[in-house]
Amino acid sequence: MEHTPPPLFRTGPTALARLMIFAMLSVVLLIADARFNYLTTLRQIAGVIVYPLQRLAATPAAMGSRIADFFVTHNTLRVDNQRLTAQNLELATAAQRNAALHKENTHLRSLLDMQARVNVPSFAAEVIYAARDPFSRKVMIDQGLQRGIEPGRPVIDHVGVVGQVTRAYPWLSEVTLITDKGQLVPVLNVRTGFRAVLSGTGDDGRLELRFIPLTADFQIGDQLVTSGIDGIYPQGLPVAEVTHVERNTAYLFANIACKPLAGVNSGTQVLVLGPRPAQPEPPQDTPATAAPKKRKKS
Amino acid sequence: MATRPMSPQVLLLPVKPGFIAITLIAALLANLLPWSGWALWLVPDFVALTVLYWCIMEPRKIGFLTAWSLGLLMDIADGSLFGQHALAYTILAYAGIALNRRVQRFSMTAQVLHVIPLLLFTSLIVLLVRALAGADFPGYAYFLGNFTGAALWPALAYLLKLPQRPRPDPDRV
Repeated sequence: MEHTPPPLFRTGPTALARLMIFAMLSVVLLIADARFNYLTTLRQIAGVIVYPLQRLAATPAAMGSRIADFFVTHNTLRVDNQRLTAQNLELATAAQRNAALHKENTHLRSLLDMQARVNVPSFAAEVIYAARDPFSRKVMIDQGLQRGIEPGRPVIDHVGVVGQVTRAYPWLSEVTLITDKGQLVPVLNVRTGFRAVLSGTGDDGRLELRFIPLTADFQIGDQLVTSGIDGIYPQGLPVAEVTHVERNTAYLFANIACKPLAGVNSGTQVLVLGPRPAQPEPPQDTPATAAPKKRKKS
Repeated sequence: MATRPMSPQVLLLPVKPGFIAITLIAALLANLLPWSGWALWLVPDFVALTVLYWCIMEPRKIGFLTAWSLGLLMDIADGSLFGQHALAYTILAYAGIALNRRVQRFSMTAQVLHVIPLLLFTSLIVLLVRALAGADFPGYAYFLGNFTGAALWPALAYLLKLPQRPRPDPDRV
């Protein structure tokens, strides 16, 4: 009994006890989050608390770029204008050709009685900041649940696929980039029509095609676009370009590295695509494999 | 080292809890600034630094609950695992509170030497948690931020002590 402090110095549990309590709480949260994904509501609440700070912290940089925009030189504008006019002309030709092809395509599709391809709605968003987490590749964008963004939506920029919304908060959402380790995108080789799954490596600017047989036809420079069989990404969005192919007969699979086409680390303007029209239910008797681990040979 | 001369110490004013709160919010803001590229590796975790500072200097005014909740907010902002920063900051707060009497007595250089291992240990715990959750080792650059953080410690200590310095007494000659 002589070790109990007098009431004057009583300060509650000792520091070690408190450490244990809070460490246990953190571990419980970690497990609940990593294993079971239980904490959506708690995340939403904390997300609302931290939101003003997130916006406030992004303000100086945004203001800086706005000021820089204001002082853009006449020459830059002229060069930009020239480039855009040239590009516009090019695109106009392409668009005309595309319109004709589209008409022809719808006609053929109706002849074949296939489901008409529906345009996916989309809306623009701005990247606020890249998350500081060195273990993952994520960015925050300035649109959230309020605008109808839900986890799972694909995010693209003017060139190709950037990533996928993984968490949505009321006014922000978190986009996992395609370079994040474990982020998968079902793709199609434009040249050969070979379907594969592109996975991020956690390394900026490097993607991998895994489990590709040695005999598969992949060459450096091949363009990969989304295959659309996952029900998430619309078909035909450019994703990556093959940069390295190594076929070593000592291994079962070829070693194929790619680089993302979109400005995964640099872009600030992105487009979040809306939900795709409902896919037909998979037949009941076959086990519905949602995981996009398909290794179909074409 | 020979006998260290006792440097004259200024009696500091008591710190206001409001000031602690403001510094912590400012640290959170600094963490949320849109860093990119190499700066992302070099930039220290300001919240960890500030929490450690207050735990060492004013262990009675800041508690585990503060450190833990700040950790949760950082987890949201970073999109990392929920509880990862909370665990790290809790352990850091404990280290600060346990070592506060010791570290306070040391000179600035020695304090920095105390801070480096504490910050390194915290990042090691985060690394361990993420490794258990299946992440890869991000490379040794991951630890760089701790050293810049420790290098900033003297500046931080100076800044955070400013409002505690007593005003010069106009009546004294």
